[in-house]
Amino acid sequence: MYKQIKTHLFVMLIFSLWPSNSHSEINVFACEPEWASLVQNLGGSKVSVFSATTALQDPHHIQVRPSLIAKARRADLLICTGAELEVGWLPLLLRKSGNGKILTGQPGHFMSADHVTLLEKPKLLDRSQGDVHADGNPHIHLDPNRIMLIAEALASTLSRIDPDNQSYYQNNWISFKETWSRAIAKWEQLSQSLWGKKIVVNHNTWVYLENWLKLERVATLEPKPGIAPSSAHLAQVLAELKDNQADMILYATYQNDKAVRWLADKTHIPVVALDFSVSSDETLFQWYEMILKQLLDSK
Amino acid sequence: MRKKFLVAATIAAISNINPVWAKSDIEALRKQVEALKKDYEQRINALENRLQQAEENTQLAQQKVEQVVNKIENTKSTSSAGQNNFNPAVSVILDGRYADYDNDPDAYELPGFMLGNEAGLGDDGFSIGHTEIAFSANIDDKFYGKATLAIHDHKGETETDLEEAYIQTLGLGNGLTVKAGRFYSAIGYLNEQHEHTWDFADAPLIYRGLFGNQLRDDGLQITYLAATDLFMQVGSELFRGDRFPGGGDHDGVGAWTVFANIGGDIGIEHSWQLGFNHWRQNDVDDRTSSGHSHGGAATETPSFSGDSKISSLDLVYKWAPNGNPTSQNFKFQFEYFDRREDGNISMFNSGPAEEVSTYDGQQDGWYAQAVYQFKPHWRTGIRYDRLSSNNKGSDDDVLAEAGLDDKGHTPERYSAMLEWLPSEYSRIILQFNRDNSYEDADNQIFLQYTHTLGSHGAHQF
Repeated sequence: MYKQIKTHLFVMLIFSLWPSNSHSEINVFACEPEWASLVQNLGGSKVSVFSATTALQDPHHIQVRPSLIAKARRADLLICTGAELEVGWLPLLLRKSGNGKILTGQPGHFMSADHVTLLEKPKLLDRSQGDVHADGNPHIHLDPNRIMLIAEALASTLSRIDPDNQSYYQNNWISFKETWSRAIAKWEQLSQSLWGKKIVVNHNTWVYLENWLKLERVATLEPKPGIAPSSAHLAQVLAELKDNQADMILYATYQNDKAVRWLADKTHIPVVALDFSVSSDETLFQWYEMILKQLLDSK
Repeated sequence: MRKKFLVAATIAAISNINPVWAKSDIEALRKQVEALKKDYEQRINALENRLQQAEENTQLAQQKVEQVVNKIENTKSTSSAGQNNFNPAVSVILDGRYADYDNDPDAYELPGFMLGNEAGLGDDGFSIGHTEIAFSANIDDKFYGKATLAIHDHKGETETDLEEAYIQTLGLGNGLTVKAGRFYSAIGYLNEQHEHTWDFADAPLIYRGLFGNQLRDDGLQITYLAATDLFMQVGSELFRGDRFPGGGDHDGVGAWTVFANIGGDIGIEHSWQLGFNHWRQNDVDDRTSSGHSHGGAATETPSFSGDSKISSLDLVYKWAPNGNPTSQNFKFQFEYFDRREDGNISMFNSGPAEEVSTYDGQQDGWYAQAVYQFKPHWRTGIRYDRLSSNNKGSDDDVLAEAGLDDKGHTPERYSAMLEWLPSEYSRIILQFNRDNSYEDADNQIFLQYTHTLGSHGAHQF
């Protein structure tokens, strides 16, 4: 018996001494594509970035797939939204990865929501209120000003993890700051005609965009966050919209559009289907421009 | 009269003087007013400018305040990746069902298999299953810990069972993870998962036949995860070995396992995992079994002593359109187990001379199931189970009494289910089984709920 144990331990030891792939690049595991794009902007050629989700996936409903565990195992930096958005899979993923660098409290554990204030922090924490996030609404990437704050923190995190390239990251941050500020000024100028527009949303994911572009949300199709719209609730929304006509209906392309189409049919309010994050073939800038263009075109 | 004259004279005088006064002075006055107007306009303009400046300054100040506030929030914000704002995370699983069997559930048997542990059907009618209370948390930066208490009724008495209690290393490095305590063995895909997360209301027949539903033990687990893009994990477990399907007291290690898993994605929409597993105990000592009923007579208890080994293979495949399982998804899983045993069967309580037989056992079985979520919150699934056995021994009667004679029957079962998941925390399942475990086919219907209170569960693969 003891001989067998020894053999086992020996086999385990051999495996653990197997040379791990050494990369000079910093391996980044991004939970969502917007952070993958941001870290690519700041890290440039010094980082190799993997995004766990695409713009067409719901970042809340992700399973700890074997491929994700394998990627997390080799990550030097983990960047996620935080604020409980990934609560269903990130803790398990971190445990399964066995990777000490990206654990809570380590420099390689970067939660974007920790660097900005959150809107809609619930006063009442009760599951009967639907999918409420105790820290506030986590969909912060729809506010470019918050992106700026996160980028600054991320640049210093990169410098901490990879001090040899500190000046490189700082230069990238400075040029990002310039370009992004100019872009914000341009977008704010462009979007003035959107101020005060009344919108209907499918799920309460657009708070930061509403806040930034001064849009007024007049109705939400989901009666409570994460709870599918019932026909009774939809009828009520329809009645409300008769008195208070909206300008457009917003939904994210990863979301089910059944209720949205139904409402559009009944009310003839134009529907705007927005990608909720950066697609694999575009940058953060291009994605923002696209969103604005779609909103402006629909007026 | 004098008065009237005076008034008239005054009026005349005033009306005479006025025109003379205007000519020279109005011009000057006009100029003065003009100058005043200009002056005021300039002042107003200057004021407006200053106001605008002030407004801009306030805006800037406001932005700065916002930034400062953000930074303050920063310093006081706690980590947001945690499962719960409580420490530890606490959850309670509520599990209840209504069951309907055509046959008497107590008459259940699985010819060719010695049943033990929690094998067998539940009660007819209303009953509650395992109510689980789980506590878990990162203990510190090095360890994670979890304890699960299961409360259930057994023959009219409420029993409390320490289902799991383990610690696990966090970020040990080099892909190594060590777990110690009581836990579900990693052999088999379903075995590691809690019963309430299974897609069907009951265990696959092969799990029932070999493990009495699930294999768990006290011991140590070491896993190594390779640093490759393809998921490759190997691991080993060392167990005490006194729990079913093992048995007996052992110095040191009673049972051990080795397992290997590989897995990955094919494109965005498909993912898979393949596992190979082996469990072994070389000196099982008196593994007793419930055997089969003798119509209420004092039970002779069959007991196995000898060597036992189980090998298995599992395959899981999942699909979701665009890799987004929220609306629609599909899952296929297949597991195959094979057990070989070599030793003796004794019948405890079998009269003065205990009945004994040599035993050379071979049992195998598999199940395959497919579950499809056809719209949000609704899933449906089918499952097929099939077992076979080829057990030999010196005394066929003893083997037959121990339930090891397959009676020329191939146990199999067809299942179908429909599931409604109103939220991530609640689930109601309706399941139908056509169960040919033994000769008399049984129709079984379950209506079950498994609801979660407390912390958010993990979305495992």
